[in-house]
Amino acid sequence: MTTIVVTGIGATSCLGGNVPDTWDALLRGESGIRSLTEDWVEKYELPVTFGGRVKVPAADVLERIEIKRLDPSAQLAVIAAREAWKDAGEPTDAKERILVDFATGIGGLGTLLDAWDVLKERGARRVMPMTIPMLMPNAAAAAISMDLQTRGGARTCVSACASGTESIANAVDHLRQGIADVVICGGTESVFHPLPIAAFAAMHALSTRNDEPAKASRPYDVDRDGFVLGEGAAVLVLETKEHAEARGAKIYAEIAGGAVTSDAHHITAPDPEGTGAARAVNDALAHAGVTAADVNYINAHATSTPVGDIAEYTALHRVFGDRVNEIPVSATKSATGHLLGGTGALEAIFTVLSAHHKIAAPTINVDNQDPAIPLTVVREPTPLPEKVVAISNSFGFGGHNAVVVVRSV
Amino acid sequence: MAKSKDEVLAGLAQLVNDETGVPVESVVFGKSFADDLDIDSISMMTIVVNAEDEFGVKIPDDQVSELKTVDDAVNFIVSAQA
Repeated sequence: MTTIVVTGIGATSCLGGNVPDTWDALLRGESGIRSLTEDWVEKYELPVTFGGRVKVPAADVLERIEIKRLDPSAQLAVIAAREAWKDAGEPTDAKERILVDFATGIGGLGTLLDAWDVLKERGARRVMPMTIPMLMPNAAAAAISMDLQTRGGARTCVSACASGTESIANAVDHLRQGIADVVICGGTESVFHPLPIAAFAAMHALSTRNDEPAKASRPYDVDRDGFVLGEGAAVLVLETKEHAEARGAKIYAEIAGGAVTSDAHHITAPDPEGTGAARAVNDALAHAGVTAADVNYINAHATSTPVGDIAEYTALHRVFGDRVNEIPVSATKSATGHLLGGTGALEAIFTVLSAHHKIAAPTINVDNQDPAIPLTVVREPTPLPEKVVAISNSFGFGGHNAVVVVRSV
Repeated sequence: MAKSKDEVLAGLAQLVNDETGVPVESVVFGKSFADDLDIDSISMMTIVVNAEDEFGVKIPDDQVSELKTVDDAVNFIVSAQA
């Protein structure tokens, strides 16, 4: 089976404007979650007043014209893609052999809602002509393809909070099928607008710990009360090991396999039996040619919702049995919040860096671990074995389950 | 109050710059939007929408395709203000 490796990574998140800053802040145990300062928080009396906005605003990085022409979700995608591409050494392959497979959960929602406001308040003639190309869900994939001038297809993967991980699983397939020599994959999300916050809050999905934002995302803690909305983008450059070695690229780690399953259970609730999620883990391990016994690190989906964290534990227990309680687990959303369609890609980068540096990232805010989830939760940066075999899980509304297997090289 | 030709030019140049990044000093009489300034049709539509706001005029859709040069646009806006 063809070995697929990661040769470039890029990210912008609430912890930092690039991968090194994000990773360093993560290892320091920082939280990127803060009170929101936008006037609409008070104006609409939002029940949730905090989130994980990007640490470095896109306007500080991109040209004014790029800000005008792209929805924030595509702006962040372009920032992360440029970093990843540069990090990969800017491969000089034929542009027709470079493929983009990129994810978003929601797409250009802010652009859509702003345009609707303009239409209502000022009439149809005031609606900007760029509205549709900015709000379409494929806008981020298209923006990356145009920015890097890649022509091997610009695909969009949309599966809610599983999107980013699914895009990486897709990328592995594209490379193994031989339809591209390099794949740029990952995901983005930026929906800091009162409507999605009100809507997520209406379904009681969000933490309401307004007085302690940095403590709000607390996966596995008994007092967890919902996820924390984050923002950002993460991009990985993947290619075959043979191709990477031929061009002398540095190799971070291997994406050994990936798999996607669906629950067909409920549109938002995870299957409490965890069968679909467990099947995704097992399928990904099989795809990677490893067994459950080989896995020695997990980056969990762990959003900090009361039922979600339990459901994932149930699924993991189904796969690993009681040994699951001995495998070190990081729940990095404790620091980053939940980037929705971008989250799987960011967590895959964390997992790749863990495999590369042989160090597990800390989980913060687990002050009182839920006895129903007796996992070995990594609290401090912790050394990993020389040969790391890790999984990174993502699950999304719609019953989407996506898992990738990361292996050190 | 109606703006002079030079004031309309300055305002239009700023709108073009806001939308496309073309330097304000490049937007001068004698230039074609498409051929000289490389402004595509969707940008042109955005500039038109913003110009209607800025100058308080209405630029009918069937007129937009006639506004090929900076002169065309400035002259149209100046007369439409009147």
